[in-house]
Amino acid sequence: MTELNIIVCAKQIPDPEAPLSDVRVDGEKKEVFVDAPNVISPFDENALEAALVLQEEAGARVTVLSLGRKVSDTVLRKSLAAGADELILLQDNAFEKLDSHSVARVLADAIQRIGDCDLVLTGRQAGDWDSGQVGLMLGEILGLPCISLAREIKVEGRQVQVKKNIAGGYEQVRAALPALVTVSNEVGELRYISRTRMMKMLRKASSIPSWSSGDFVSTPDALQGMEIKELSSPPDMGRSCEFIEGATLEEKADQLVAAITSF
Amino acid sequence: MSHGVLVVAEQADGAFRKITLEAMSEGKRLASRMGCEAYALVLGAGVASFAGELAKYGADKILVADSPVLADYLTDTYTNVIDEVVKAHSPRAIVLGASSQGKDLSARLSARLDAPLAMDCVAVKADGENIVATRPMYGGKVLADVNLEGEPKIIAVRPKMMAVTESPGAGVVEAVTADPGRSAMKQIDRQLETGKVELTEADVVVSGGRGMGGADYTALEQLAASLEGAVGASRSAVDEGWRSHADQVGQTGKVVSPNLYIACGISGAIQHLAGMSSSKVIVAINKDPEAPIFQKADYGIVGDLFEIVPLLTEEIKRLKG
Repeated sequence: MTELNIIVCAKQIPDPEAPLSDVRVDGEKKEVFVDAPNVISPFDENALEAALVLQEEAGARVTVLSLGRKVSDTVLRKSLAAGADELILLQDNAFEKLDSHSVARVLADAIQRIGDCDLVLTGRQAGDWDSGQVGLMLGEILGLPCISLAREIKVEGRQVQVKKNIAGGYEQVRAALPALVTVSNEVGELRYISRTRMMKMLRKASSIPSWSSGDFVSTPDALQGMEIKELSSPPDMGRSCEFIEGATLEEKADQLVAAITSF
Repeated sequence: MSHGVLVVAEQADGAFRKITLEAMSEGKRLASRMGCEAYALVLGAGVASFAGELAKYGADKILVADSPVLADYLTDTYTNVIDEVVKAHSPRAIVLGASSQGKDLSARLSARLDAPLAMDCVAVKADGENIVATRPMYGGKVLADVNLEGEPKIIAVRPKMMAVTESPGAGVVEAVTADPGRSAMKQIDRQLETGKVELTEADVVVSGGRGMGGADYTALEQLAASLEGAVGASRSAVDEGWRSHADQVGQTGKVVSPNLYIACGISGAIQHLAGMSSSKVIVAINKDPEAPIFQKADYGIVGDLFEIVPLLTEEIKRLKG
């Protein structure tokens, strides 16, 4: 059997678990500053995990692509430590704050330049913008069937079979390769990487290939930025907790039920 | 009716999903502000019998693409049909629900039409010719107002954020004969976890966290059942293997906005709050009076959830007679 070529698209973002107090919105510059270390977007880590499972089961070559104005080699090397075969950084000033259409176009160009690709995996959405558009748009641009919200991915011959989330349950959908699948958290978290392994990978002298716009983007003039009119912090919900008091638990329970059924 | 607002309906098993009524109502409001017609597109097999119901929520015209080929939702066949309808009618805006199906469809459609898309919107404003959509980012820690440049402007609305309003429209039903083409995909199985209320659509969600101490969620299931709600879980409960990933509420799980959210034995980590803080009323039950969840709650009970939850269920059942 010829080896399966899998490309995983992984975005570097500020840690989405940073508390609200570490997130600052600059309304004037229309920028969000997060005082937290950069990480690989969690759903993209799920996508990488799905790829590594296929690598073990079916034998696959896993290539990770990461796009941004500047992508940290240190953050993304985690994908190599986890078991990816290759990492390619797509970095250029022109890639800053692109809209989803443009990000998908740039990724499509990179995938076309790589050439051999049977399966493209992305997270179901990025943990910063939360919009979940790029994967599906990439499928349309590359002309690939796209299955979103995967819980489980199996490859048999030249077919991919995906168990995917739907409202109230799941579906099994099959498509011929090449195809694109967006991955949900149900697939499971990225495998544990020992500290020693991670440190070894960070110390490794090998340089990570980095492509800039001129190397591969077919329509650099068509790239567009996001159309943000305004950024704001969400209104303080102004909740103040009313602690239900009572002599007995029964009394507390009755009072709470009275409070919540009064709406 | 060209240049109106087109609402793409979502249906399952002979009825519209609730999100469709929300999208239709919002589409109608948007059309009124833009001074144009609101029309709906219903895709599926055997949908003609109930398509007319959308008139109640403001549809001036209801286009029906009824074909056995469209029986299963598949991204490509549905996109092909909508693409053709859009070319024939040139809507100024397209409104869909940001359900799992709507998110899938809207992104593919946006790429097909090279049209702007605002995903998971919590508010939509028409500002003259422009539409500005508000969408949460960074797990709800930031709100962005985004301009949609170009047409049609595609707006996917977050479930349970748009009010359902009855406002009768002419509701003229018209069959469309667009070619779905051949799908590159095939649905081979579909399992609904029957009787289960979908988390993102539920009016009441009862969630359990680390404080559950194990996989026995009977108490929460009974409380949820008494309120016709759904059961959710925090990430730690899912990581422990007590509940399935599909039940996870939070930044890396599902985002829910029910009328009532009851958090049981959940401390209130930021990752969980991102998934439920837009709920209308939040109740927290926790042994630890210092648990951060109380800062996000409207009502709190400090105590043992295993003692309190059954009492709540009992009292609700008693009230319901």
